[in-house]
This record gives sequence, structure tokens and C-alpha cells, in this order.
Amino acid sequence: MDLEQDDIVKEAEAAASSAEDSRALYEVKMQYLGRAGKVTALMKRMKDIAQEHRPAFGKQVNALREKLETLFASLETLAKAREMAKKLAAENVDVTMPGRHFARGALHPVTIVRNRLIDIFAGMGFEVFEGPEIENDYYNFTALNTPADHPARDMQDTFYVQGGLLRTQTSAGQIRLMEKKKPPIKMLSPGRVFRSDDDATHSPMFHQMEGLVVDRGITLCDLQGMLDEFVKAMFSENSKTRLRPSYFPFTEPSVEVDVSCHACGGKGCSLCKGTGWIEVLGAGVVNRRVLENCGVDPDEYSGFAFGMGIERIAMLKYGINNIKLLTENDVRFLEQFKD
Amino acid sequence: MKVPFSWLKEFVDIDITAEQLQEKLFSCGFEVEELIPLGRDVENVAVGRILKCEKHPDADRLTVCEVDCGDKGKKQIVTAATNVFEGALVPVALDGATVLHEGGIQKIKAGKLRGVLSEGMFCSGEELGITDDFYDGAEVNGILILKEGDAAEGADIRPAVGLDDYIFDIAVTANRPDCQSVFGMAREVAAILQKPLKAPDFSHGAAKTNVKIPVEVQEPALCPRYIGHYVSGVKVGTSPQWMRRRLALCGIRGISDIVDITNYVLLELGQPMHAFDRNFLHGDKIIVRRAEEGEKIVTLDEKEFSLHRENLLICDAERPVALAGVMGGLNSEIKPETTEVFFEAASFARDSVRKTARALGQRSDSSARFEKGVEPVWSPARGMERALHLVEELGCGVVTAFGADVAAAAPVQKIIRTTYAKLDAVLGIEVPRETTRAILTRLGFAVRGEGDALEAAVPPWRDDVEGYPDLAEEVIRSYGYEHIVPTFLKTAAVTHGGLTSAQKRELKFKQTLANEGYFEACNYSFYSPKDFDLLRLPADAPERNAVKILNPIGEDLSVMRTILAPSMLANVVRNVRRGNENGRLFELANVYAPAVGDELPAEHKKAVLALWGEGDFFDLKGAIEAIAEAFSLKLSYARVALPFLHPGVSAKVMMGEKEVGFLGQLHPAIAEELALERKVFLAELDYAALSRKFAAEIDYKGLPKFPDAQRDLAVVVKEETTCAEVEACILRACKAAKRAELFDVYRDLRLGAGKKSMAFRITFAAGEKPLDADALDGFFNKIVGNLKHNLGAELR
Repeated sequence: MDLEQDDIVKEAEAAASSAEDSRALYEVKMQYLGRAGKVTALMKRMKDIAQEHRPAFGKQVNALREKLETLFASLETLAKAREMAKKLAAENVDVTMPGRHFARGALHPVTIVRNRLIDIFAGMGFEVFEGPEIENDYYNFTALNTPADHPARDMQDTFYVQGGLLRTQTSAGQIRLMEKKKPPIKMLSPGRVFRSDDDATHSPMFHQMEGLVVDRGITLCDLQGMLDEFVKAMFSENSKTRLRPSYFPFTEPSVEVDVSCHACGGKGCSLCKGTGWIEVLGAGVVNRRVLENCGVDPDEYSGFAFGMGIERIAMLKYGINNIKLLTENDVRFLEQFKD
Repeated sequence: MKVPFSWLKEFVDIDITAEQLQEKLFSCGFEVEELIPLGRDVENVAVGRILKCEKHPDADRLTVCEVDCGDKGKKQIVTAATNVFEGALVPVALDGATVLHEGGIQKIKAGKLRGVLSEGMFCSGEELGITDDFYDGAEVNGILILKEGDAAEGADIRPAVGLDDYIFDIAVTANRPDCQSVFGMAREVAAILQKPLKAPDFSHGAAKTNVKIPVEVQEPALCPRYIGHYVSGVKVGTSPQWMRRRLALCGIRGISDIVDITNYVLLELGQPMHAFDRNFLHGDKIIVRRAEEGEKIVTLDEKEFSLHRENLLICDAERPVALAGVMGGLNSEIKPETTEVFFEAASFARDSVRKTARALGQRSDSSARFEKGVEPVWSPARGMERALHLVEELGCGVVTAFGADVAAAAPVQKIIRTTYAKLDAVLGIEVPRETTRAILTRLGFAVRGEGDALEAAVPPWRDDVEGYPDLAEEVIRSYGYEHIVPTFLKTAAVTHGGLTSAQKRELKFKQTLANEGYFEACNYSFYSPKDFDLLRLPADAPERNAVKILNPIGEDLSVMRTILAPSMLANVVRNVRRGNENGRLFELANVYAPAVGDELPAEHKKAVLALWGEGDFFDLKGAIEAIAEAFSLKLSYARVALPFLHPGVSAKVMMGEKEVGFLGQLHPAIAEELALERKVFLAELDYAALSRKFAAEIDYKGLPKFPDAQRDLAVVVKEETTCAEVEACILRACKAAKRAELFDVYRDLRLGAGKKSMAFRITFAAGEKPLDADALDGFFNKIVGNLKHNLGAELR
């Protein structure tokens, strides 16, 4: 007997075409190829067929099975692809919607600049030493060659407290370190300082960074060389320094250090008030008396010291025009310093 | 300090412009804070001669003048002034000119006045910005009438009335009191320009006299030098124009010739002077002594002061006649009828004058000079000579032969013996010896020495020069800092730099909080005692025991912080008022405790955190947990009652048995007081205590042989049972349980009233053999049993 193979295949195709998804398709497939399916039923008819026709019949059934398997395999592939397409279409998101992340905070600009300064000088071999914020007269003034009736005391308006004073300068750290440690010394002393001064451009509290180098044969040339390195690292590769005479009781000679204006490159602009230079720090060769006060022999050792206002550097670096912004702690200000 | 350009030129031939000199002074250490061109606001005002005056045809009060303005042409000027006359020489503001008017600048334009053209305006002294001290007649009511010969028609008015000048306002550093005068600056200018310095005329006569006014200095330490001189035949009058003008340029009004001379010497040489009316010096004697407690003096400005022992007085035989270095007494002041004068030129200790001036709130040009320092050798002697010379020059008295001069010590010539090499070693460059020598010589040092040896005799006015580094500075500031060649520590030893581990951890602490979304704040170290009240701290709270600033700017900044929370709260309030509805802030800073014994007040680092708007108690707690995780700290939390925190939403932070901080919601009552609508959460941690327990080194342990296992457990407990209690009970029940983490709390009436269900995920560590189901069941049952026994918990 001949199997109506093509009819069965057509019938299967028709049944499969109405299957909506791969699950329905599977059910159709089982109607033909499953245990109770039509092809299986055909196989079961084998025993009713004459012996001599069996091989041919078997061949035909197997051929039918193969055809159907191929048919369903291709239909399954199509169905899966359709379903995937549908799923993908359904899972479409608006990629322009905001992402989710944990909003980070930030360090204060003074801390950022302080870290940067420490980075620069640590690379040159400076250790970091922090002295107390409440000092006594000796460390803040006397040991720094500013005895009681010295006119330089009028340069800084000092807050006094019972038993001491609020340090007016981180220079006090020079003395405390040199009492503990003998040269060679390369030290940075950052921290809060206080002056009785509160107006548009002065805060009663601000931060300074003191630097001190004491070793054999240190000269003013070394000071300038180090400051050149510093301003290049801090401001720009083209930055230059200019020294000009000044006065601090604890250095001799004393200098003010100007840096070429990074905003205009020295041509003159509003930031540098048309001069091309910006005053950034005070410095000088350590006064022999200061070394003597710390038990360091000034004939054997010499050194230089420098001190700068961290707020001032931050204001120059970021273009902050009002020192008060640094202590208002407005989050709209602070969140600009994520780095 | 104000220095007129024209006065400087009397001592040095200055052949550069004022602007050029400003730059040179700057590079030598004298910052000119302001270079003020006089008459800069008086432009296009010419000298004119009135040829004809006629009445205005339509206005009785106006006069129409024809004026010859030389090369500017003939002008018709209509004026309301009544003091003009034909032939008068007057200032004419031409069309487009600017003059001063009521504190501002007025532009003059040609125009018609009642129908008659006026091609400008006549000027008064006030409109030119001058007083009688600049030009006699400047203060008349009407137009300034110039003196014949003072100016030609058509010339710029400014030179004629002394407005062609500059004032240098110079910032003199504290080490250079010798430059607090015109002549002192002239010395520097002469050295800078390498020009000769012309000294003022110090010569004077010495007429015979029988008068003797001996001086007795009882306090030589406070008055190292006192020079007095007797001048007879005084006729008090007005000092000449040139003198009054110079005083005016420096901001001092002319008073009378004798008084003007004292002020002139003060400005010119920096030596404060005083003139006593000899007829009111009782007993012809001067005594310099300390005031008696409560002794009184009335100064020239008619103020009475009650004095103390630290105030130094100049007295006659009977009573105080001057507050030394500050101001003369009213009882011996120079009056128009004064006929005999006793001049004083002294040196008083700067600290003494400063204390007196400050304590009494009485300051003067003299006290300002003495506070900066007036050396006893050169200045008083030259000051007196100069004053006596001026008396003769002005013809206002007869300089007698009687002078008193009391010096505490004989002047010592200071000589610095050093080498050129030492100076070079400070600078790091080799300055040619002849250059060094020339610079020091120009600055008044007498330089000697052969070869490398350098011997410099310090001029008496340079009290500040003490050793060779000072000489090095003198050399380099003249030679020029541009000669310094940058080097990089050629001779220095290599040192190890960087932060200490404690400093690194502090930074890590800050960074951890920043990573948790907190912004670092920076607040002043002081605040108001009222901040303690805001926090409702009781009167005996330890936080109220703060270090007080003895001289605060105001009460708002008068106590050193003992707790950081108030600053943080102020930050939150400011942010909220500015519309920043959410935020997270932290600060790591010192608090301060009052001094004990001779110690300095103690400093102690604390950290404060604030969170407002979005987030709750557990967000804030999460930040503290992040710190604990970052530094391997074991912290626990327990309820706490603090006056400024919500009693139900606040905890103390414990590290072992030690309380190391608090966290919680700001008390709603305080929030209401501060108009904070959204919740604020605050935490404060004792950083110093925490940091002592920061894990020092990474503590590595080998990996376990067998994996951990987890079991979830839900128990029903009483509402008041805390998470910490259940957790502790679980961990105590079973050694293998290494963590018990709460992941759910569930409340339902079916659980029973006042009950809640808490679900924990328990992690068990395997020991020497893997954890099998039987072992875990055993652990689990033991835990359930303990929970039931200790907390009455039921397995859910």
C-alpha cells in the first residue's frame, strides 16, 4: 500500500500554521510524532501488513517521519525567532531615562588643595607634621624671633584663650618639629590658623601650609628652585616665580613670592590686576635665631621656610571669588569638587 | 605712609617718573599701595586774566567777563561770583574741563546763562580740591584769585596751586621704622637710583641765655634718650605756604609755626617732637617718670585721662605736662601769646607707648611712630637740630645755647664682621665684592676689610640690622632677585616624604564618607555659647565647659567648639533656607577642652555627619557602618536619651564598652524652632577614640576548607525585642554561627498583638568537615531553643 505521505505532510503544515506559539506547535508536533501521534500509529500498523511489504512500508513511514521532523524543526526555529522578536519588542526601554547610581560626595576644596600640595612636596621628600591649633606664646611668636615687644606682633591680630592663643601661623610647627628632630629636615605643616579679622576678604579662621627645609648649604637659590617646581606642578608647566623683598621675623632675607598669572600667562588681566603676577606665598632663609632657639647650629646648618594660605591657592586654582564660600558649606558649592 | 614726590625730590635728584619710581621701590621691598596723582580730577583748567567785567543784561546777580586765556584764546565767562574784578588772575575751567564738586567730579560745558554765552567757569579753591594750606586764598568765599607772578595766562592751573604732584602711599615693613619719614624714604631712593642724598639743613645758632631747664629721666628703660632745647623770643605766627602745603599733602593741617615745625620734623625725619610753652613749665624742670596710680592729665585735645603705673609721663617740677610719646598736655600748649618754647625730641620704648596708646584709646602721629620704633641715637639729635634750624629759617624764635640731652647709654657703633663668602652662602650666588661694597655704602654702611673679610659699620638708624644675613638681604634686594639662579637642593640629603599612617587613615576616613555620598564641610573652630542653648544642653553639661576666647570678634565666635553638631546644624539650616532640600555633609575637626594646669587646652578630633531631606536614620547609620567596615571596627548601638535628638530615633554608638558617639533624628522641637520642615539626622563620632582601634595591618587568614552554609530563620518576638538582642542570642547559641543578618521585619495581627516577626539569615562557618544537613539542623534547633528560652521567641 502507498502512504498518502504528501497529504499527511500538508495536513501537518496546515495544523502547524494555526499554532500560535512554540508551545502550540509542540502540541501539533506531538499529534504526529508523539507517542500517540499519527506517525507512531502508522508504525503500529506494521504488524497488519504482509511480511513482504513491511520493509517498503517501514521505509515510507521513516521518510514521512523525517519529512515531518524537518518541517517541525524549521517551524520551531521560526516560532522561536518570532517569539524572541516579540519579547525584545515588549522589553523595549526608554534609554534616555536617568540611570541609577549611588551619588558620591566629595572632599572640601581646601582638603583637595591640601592633598595636592602634600603630593607635590611629598615627592620631594617632605614629611607632614601637624602641630596643635592652640599654641602658647613661645611657639607662635617668641621662638620665631618675635619677642613680646616686637612690632611684627602687630602684623597679626591674635585670639587669646586661657592658657594660650589660637595659632596665627603654621610656622609654629617649625619649632615643634626642630625640637624633636635634627637636620636633615624637609617638613610640611598644614592646618587651621586664626586671626582676629573678619571682613569681605578675611576669615577669622583659614588654613596655611608651612614648609621648612634645614640641611647643610641650603641657599636662597634652592628656595627659588623648589618654588619653581612647586608652581609648575600646582598651576601650569609654564608658571614662573618672582621673588621680591619682604619682612618676616623668622626669616632673613625674607621674600614675597609671586607666580606668573595662570589666567593670562603674564600679560595682565583682572585676576592679576593687570600686573601679570599673583602673590602666592611668603618665604625666606630661616633666621639664625630660630635655628638657635631649636638647638640647631646655624653655622653648620641653614634652611629656608615658606608659608602659604591654602584657601588662597584654592581660590586661585578654581577661580573662587569669595573666601566666605569656603565656610558656608552650601552643597551646591561643595558638589562641584568631585574629583 | 604718605610721601609727596616733590618733597622726595628735595633730597634726591629724581630723573624718572613717579610710575617708574613706584616700580623700583616695589622691587626693593617697598610696596607703593597707591600712587595718587594730585589734581587728577582737575583737567583742562587754565589760568586766565579778566580783561573786562560787565553786568549781565538780564540778570542782576551775574557778571559777564572777558578773559584772556593766553594760547587758549579769549573767552567769555558768566559768573555769579562777586569777588572778581578786572585784572584778576583766576582759574578758568574751559569747555570740557573737569573740576571737583560736592565730593564728585563735575564736567564743565560751554552754554548760555540767561541768554548769554559762557565758555566755561571760574573756579573756587574747593572746586580745585585745595585749601589755604595749599594756596593762600583758596578758602575765600568766591573765586580763587591767584597772586601776580604765580602763573601766566593760558598755563595749566595745577602747577600754579601745587597740584602737579604725586603722593606715594608706601607700605613700610615692620623692620624698617627708619623709613617712616620722607627723608628715610629718600635715603632708599638715593641708594636705588645711585644718586647723592642731599641732607636737610641742620645748622642753627646758639644765643646766650641764663635759662636752664634740666631734664631728669627716672625711667631710662622706657626713655632711652631725651633731648630738650630752649628757644626764646618766640613770636607765634602762621608758617609759610611751602611748609603748610607739605603738611597738608601728608594730611596734617597747619596750626601755628611752632607746632607746624614739630609736625614737619615728624614727617620729614620721622622724629616725633613736642613744644612746651616754657612759661607754663613750673619750676623750670623736666622729669620723665611713671604716672602715679590714678594720676590725671588733660591732653591737647581736652580729654582727661586717669593713669596707671605703666603710663610714662613728662612732668615739670609739679605736675604732668605730656603723656610721653602720645600727646602733650593742655596746660603747657603753645598759644598765640607764647614767647618761650621748650622743644622735646626723645626716644621712648615702643612697647610702653603702644600699651599706653592702646589702653587709653589715645593715638596720634607721634604714638604711631614710637610704636614702630624710634632709635635713640640719630633720630632725636637730628630731629632737634632740624627743628631749631626751622625756627631760625621761619624767624619765629631765637635758638639759645641751652639744651639738655639725657641718654640712657652711650651710643655704641654696631659693626658686623663677616666675609663676602658668608653673604654669598646665604644667597647661593657670588655677588661681585665691589658690588656688595657699593650697595652697602650707598645704604649708609661704612664698609672696610681686606680680601674676603668684610667689616660693615651699621648706620645708627638701622636698628634692624643684626648680622650677616641682614647684610645679605640688603645686598640682594638692591642687586636684584633676578640674579638668583634656581637650584634644587644640591647639597641636601635625601629624605623620606609623605603622610604618616595616621594622616593617611584620616584621609581614608574622609574619602569613605565622601564615597557614601557625604560632602566635606569646613566650619570655624568657634561658635556662640547660645549654640549650647539651641541643643537644649543642661547647665551642667560637659559640653558647656568650653575654651573661651578672651578677645573674640563677637559673641557669635567666642567659644571653642566642644561638640561639632551645632556647626553642622547651622550648615543644614543655611542650605535649607537656600532651597537645598536634600543633602549630606560631614566634617572632621578638633574640639577643645579647657586647659588643665600648665598644659595647653586639649585638642581632640571628632567627626560629625548630617543628612536631611531624603534618607532616614538607617541611611545615616549606613555611613557609620561603612566607616566600621573600612577600618574593621566592631560597633554596636543602643538607645540613648540626648536633649537634642528624637528620643525614639536616637542611639549611642558603642565600641566595646566605650561610648564613641551618637546618631539620631534632630529633636522635632528644635527642628520646629529652626523651621526645618524635613527631617534632619545628625551623628557625631569620637574620631580620636575610633582611630586608636583602626586595624593597623591587613589581617590575612587562610581560606576555609569547606564552604559556609546559610539558613534563614523567622521568629515571632515581642515588639520591644530589638534586633541586636536577637542577633546576640543567635550568635551566643552556636559557635559556628558567625553572622546573623536581619532581612525582614513583619507585623500582622495574626502574629498576636504587640508581636512582630523578624527574619534573619544566619551564616555558619564550616570547621574541619563540611556542614551537612544534620549538623545544620542541630545548630538551627539549638538556636531556636535559645531564642525561646531567652526571648520567648516562637519559630514562625
